[in-house]
Amino acid sequence: MLIGKQLAFRYPHHNWIVRNFDIAIAPSEVVGLFGPSGFGKTTLSKLLAGYLTPTQGQVTIDNSPLPDRGYCPVQMVFQNPELAVNPRWRIRKILAEKQPPDRFLLNALSIHPSWLDRYPHELSGGELQRVAVARVLNPATRYLIADEMTAMLDANTQALIWHMVLDYVRSHNIGLLVISHDAALIKRVCNRAINLMQVGTSR
Amino acid sequence: MLSVQDLNITFTLYGRGLAQKQLTVITQLDLDVKAGEVVAVVGASGSGKSLLAHAILGILPDNAQVSGKMLFKGEPLTLNRCQDLRGKAIALIPQSIGYLDPLMHVGQQVQRTAQLSGLSRPAAKAAVDRTFARYRLAAIVQRLYPFQLSGGMARRVLVSTAVVSQAELVIADEPTPGLHPDVVTETLNHLRELASEGKGVILITHDIEAALQIADRVAVFYAGTTVEIAHAQDFSNNKIRHPYTQALWRSLPQNEFIPISGSQPTPDALPDGCLFSDRCPWVTQECRLDRPPFLQVRGAPVRCIHADR
Repeated sequence: MLIGKQLAFRYPHHNWIVRNFDIAIAPSEVVGLFGPSGFGKTTLSKLLAGYLTPTQGQVTIDNSPLPDRGYCPVQMVFQNPELAVNPRWRIRKILAEKQPPDRFLLNALSIHPSWLDRYPHELSGGELQRVAVARVLNPATRYLIADEMTAMLDANTQALIWHMVLDYVRSHNIGLLVISHDAALIKRVCNRAINLMQVGTSR
Repeated sequence: MLSVQDLNITFTLYGRGLAQKQLTVITQLDLDVKAGEVVAVVGASGSGKSLLAHAILGILPDNAQVSGKMLFKGEPLTLNRCQDLRGKAIALIPQSIGYLDPLMHVGQQVQRTAQLSGLSRPAAKAAVDRTFARYRLAAIVQRLYPFQLSGGMARRVLVSTAVVSQAELVIADEPTPGLHPDVVTETLNHLRELASEGKGVILITHDIEAALQIADRVAVFYAGTTVEIAHAQDFSNNKIRHPYTQALWRSLPQNEFIPISGSQPTPDALPDGCLFSDRCPWVTQECRLDRPPFLQVRGAPVRCIHADR
């Protein structure tokens, strides 16, 4: 179980971005998170994935805190893949950052073998996002946070990536947090959804 | 107002050493826009949406060869004419505030656009005040830098740049991704208003839902060609013609959420026949021989020889 307990965050000398926020995600559960811009959705996911340390409260997996070194079992996929990969690494190296993905996974995501020797700028946004997804779908990942993962993609590529990710998280017992502005998408893929307008994140 | 017929764009690239290589990225692309109309251009990334915009604005790089016909108000759109018209009769609403000067107040930048389009300084100033008021941007916003704007404010400032230039044709490049639904609707309504005032609007987007909210017609691009130019109501009336358009529609989360597998062919490995033939559920031997011409099916053009089934 991934648990965020009484999470609060602010940058020094600034207002609270997130305050008194509780969340629990079970393995193989798919949870949606939505709310207007500026409600701290991305800050929350960065707290849960260990990119930011909460000012108050704590994040635990099965009662132990997130590791402070090595591979984090909570991984994020961002909206813009070109900002999430090293522009000077070839795709092959990017994919193998944790461990090389198996051929079956690459096939399922329609990642063409000819892409492996290219650089990130030589792929389109949809192609690169599939690479970013393949990189985090490995046995060390226990929870996945998809922050507007397919907002930049056409409908067909969006459905293709979601089917693949949902199959994978179901078969590997991974908990998934889905952040999106698209109500139809949340309704389609999630078991339950959290509306930040109702629960509130601050003040 | 604008008519693009059989547009082809080929890039000359250097391979190993001095060997040159030709890469055709746009093949048989068609589009037309009338005054008072919003035409959405929908397709995956890499389908040629932005290149079309660059061709209309005359800002393709030097190694691009363009063939085909582009007419603006009946006259051919040559490179010289593009230069004269862009920023004046033809305006671009860019994708993000990344296109603004980060070190200049936004009011000043919008005013500069107005002056470049031919207004005198006082007239340009008045146009900026009027346009900011119209889009509910407080006077103080004129004195902000781009990074100080919220997502919604940034959209309204970018729309303002096109409005002050008095352009007759407005091209909006991906104005909506990642925005809250309310801001999306607001931005789209602004584009619709511009069309109601008699301008032609091209809405470039990968978001078919956003397109259908305001467009009169939807041109669907695939691998650098126009596969279909449908009327907006054809989607909900189940009249869309091309198998790719149907696949896009079916794959929306509120519809069946069923994708077709595979990906768009890359420019260096285009099939000889129909560009969609390697993923098409209707493919026959005939499809693999020639590029299909535009056929009129159920009242709109489509590039598929099986579309009338």
